[in-house]
Amino acid sequence: MNGSKPKLLQGNEACVEGAIAAGLKFFAGYPITPSTEIAELCAARLPQVGGKFLQMEDEIASMAAICGASLAGRKSMTATSGPGFSLKQENIGFAVEAEIPCVVVDVQRVGPSTGMPTSAAQGDVMQARWGTHGDHEIVVLSPSSVLEAYTLTVTAFNIAEELRTPVILLMDEMVGHLREKVVLPEKSELVVRDRAKPDLPPGQYKPYADYGDPAKIAPLAAFGEGYKYHVTGLTHGEDGFPTNNPQAGATQIKRINDKITYRKKDLPQAEELFTDDAEVFVFSFGGTARSAKKAVRDARAAGLKAGLIRPVTIWPFLEEPLLKAKAKKPKAVIVPEMNLGQIVRPVKRVIGDTCPVVGLNKLGGQYIEPDEILEAVKEAILRGSAS
Amino acid sequence: MRREFRLAGAGGQGLITAAIILAAAAAEHTEYNAVQSQSYGPESRGGSSKADVIIADEEIDYPEVKNPDVLLVMTQEAFDKFAPGVRPGGTIIVDDTYVKDVPPVDANIMRYSISAKAKELGREIVANIVALGLLVGVTGIVPEDATLQSVLARVPKGTEELNEKAFLAGVQAAKEIV
Amino acid sequence: MALPLEKYLRVGKLPHIWCPGCGHGIVTQAIIRAIDETGLDTEETVIVSGIGCSSRAPGYMNFDTLHTTHGRAIPFATGIKMANPELNVIVITGDGDAAAIGGNHLIHAARRNIGLTVVCFNNNIYGMTSGQYSPLTPRGSYASTAPYGMFERPFDLCELVKGAGGSFIARSTAYHTRHLTNMIKEALKYEGFSFVDALSQCPTYYGRRNRLRTPLDMLNWLRDRAVPASSWDKMTPEEKDGKFPIGILVNQPSTELTKVYGEVMVKAAAEGGRG
Repeated sequence: MNGSKPKLLQGNEACVEGAIAAGLKFFAGYPITPSTEIAELCAARLPQVGGKFLQMEDEIASMAAICGASLAGRKSMTATSGPGFSLKQENIGFAVEAEIPCVVVDVQRVGPSTGMPTSAAQGDVMQARWGTHGDHEIVVLSPSSVLEAYTLTVTAFNIAEELRTPVILLMDEMVGHLREKVVLPEKSELVVRDRAKPDLPPGQYKPYADYGDPAKIAPLAAFGEGYKYHVTGLTHGEDGFPTNNPQAGATQIKRINDKITYRKKDLPQAEELFTDDAEVFVFSFGGTARSAKKAVRDARAAGLKAGLIRPVTIWPFLEEPLLKAKAKKPKAVIVPEMNLGQIVRPVKRVIGDTCPVVGLNKLGGQYIEPDEILEAVKEAILRGSAS
Repeated sequence: MRREFRLAGAGGQGLITAAIILAAAAAEHTEYNAVQSQSYGPESRGGSSKADVIIADEEIDYPEVKNPDVLLVMTQEAFDKFAPGVRPGGTIIVDDTYVKDVPPVDANIMRYSISAKAKELGREIVANIVALGLLVGVTGIVPEDATLQSVLARVPKGTEELNEKAFLAGVQAAKEIV
Repeated sequence: MALPLEKYLRVGKLPHIWCPGCGHGIVTQAIIRAIDETGLDTEETVIVSGIGCSSRAPGYMNFDTLHTTHGRAIPFATGIKMANPELNVIVITGDGDAAAIGGNHLIHAARRNIGLTVVCFNNNIYGMTSGQYSPLTPRGSYASTAPYGMFERPFDLCELVKGAGGSFIARSTAYHTRHLTNMIKEALKYEGFSFVDALSQCPTYYGRRNRLRTPLDMLNWLRDRAVPASSWDKMTPEEKDGKFPIGILVNQPSTELTKVYGEVMVKAAAEGGRG
């Protein structure tokens, strides 16, 4: 589905169309609200475009299956929500450790546990970052519109393939279920990256080669191409075989972290609005950023100097726009999120004592309304002027 | 310009479909922006149902409808719940097949036996499309022919004729009421 | 018959980690012999395992090999087979891996009839973690977590797979090496989902606790309990007690999943799918 004709699309549908445009060839999933439409649409669309869909027996199997399909050389994706995201974590860690490109969509709903299945939340921010055990970096992208659900899915595949890592598309119910007018980019406008293939013959190929340079990542041969290599979740050496050597183990873990932090600057950056002369910054992502944008526009209309920072990449955390904001000695940074305060933590770490960092939190599946953010902006300006 | 629509009634009345068609007609056949959302929840399995559409000539940031300009209600419960929230001076389209008690509110109330008309046309299941025709006819928010195209593109194969009749009946009713 | 070792084994990765007297080397050898005799292309054959003693086998085997998470070898393998149906996909799993944590995947792979060959190295104990009971530990046997004897009922894994719709099921033991090789060969030739319950011995953690101290005691124990499938049905319940049938237990060919999905793709391309 491409072309310049405007269409009404749902966030979840746009994600599937983006995935197909990026070359998705295998989807494995398990029904769970509010991400189910992604599985349903993949079931219909993939076999039309030479891809395959399988509804697995559970969430764990879905994550496992996409790792397997990716090792067999096909671009792979799964989608889930809250409880399913928890279940997938072990095999997300496997994909991190074994450096298997894949895309995991989490359409956030209210938790913990079964929570409120049909209601929006942004409570998986920290789980996306730290859900699997052990030291690891992970790339997490958060769309705030239906169009972005499309474009960021393409980007997620590009990053996954290029960095040989799972990428998490952290949506929320608000964006996943929203239908919105979009004009999808033409195929020619899309950048689609495919994974690098080894240029060394089997025998010399090292699937986990350490080039001593985080910019260089070993290409990934597909199973069946004659390389006969080994993949394991055990800490391993450059040849892929397990190692108990502490130095080799440490080096391997460090390498899979460094390859991502090194490329932080190439990941989707923050959208900024009125930040040049802002006195109060609103830092907001995903669906909530829509309210934040409205609030900032309303504030400007009322003569208040508010600015918006909307991080598109959530993890690794983008310090840059906040450091720029910090240098302006703002009166406050307001952080609205549909949770009890998760993304606010790294914001506080970056801003430090420069100004108050104010969490604006809402639970129970209720959207944060623009007026609530606007109120917080007004209050911050008042308080800032008083002090 | 930003106009907010709320379509509310019972699960099974097809109001989410009607809302999607309305938003699609605006998105795909006009210059306007459009968003559509709905409340899920226990409501989506029977019980009450609510779908919102916003149509605007500007960017639509916040997608939730707070005080609709136009409210379509197809159950008494929906009227009782949502009528007080309508923007003062807005429009309420009432299916008087099911909504019998309509106390005065600060809105322009339009009554029509939507479900009865659908039944008369053949099947009550097309009441949502009668309602859509009525809503489009009353508000003029999107062209009638464009909306009909969206209807035909999104209803199940084999039901096009009945749905077209339903839509045109709604449009006709709007002319009579207005 | 001598096997060309380098063709099938990563000789440089030996010696293996298994304890002296472990049956897993025998079962691994049976798989390799079966591959050799079937003539599978080593470049088009992928070996997938989960976690446990058995699951270390692929590391020594000269193929594309994937050592996954505990219990999940089958869904990883399912993804591989779906992505590239041309590949021969063999799963090596253990009784904890296949019957406990991964039991759900086993029954669903059997139900789907996806073209994997699953060989369960069944030593009825958790060896890697030093001797806890598994769902296949016989009643009354001792394990580190059954210090008063196994008090739960065990599975019959072949019956489980059969109940899930498995269309090729066989059993053999590390004692019956030639027979085991033949069972795996037949399984490899079978196009759909094939399952081989390969009973193996763990003298270190099972034998020592259960008066089967030496590997030989354990192999004899496997021998004495095995009954040819052809005789099994004629036996009374009393005669069957403590014994198990070996041989091909189920062989009812049915269309393999990726073949069926090929038809789905043709249909989808033609009619565009229904909402």
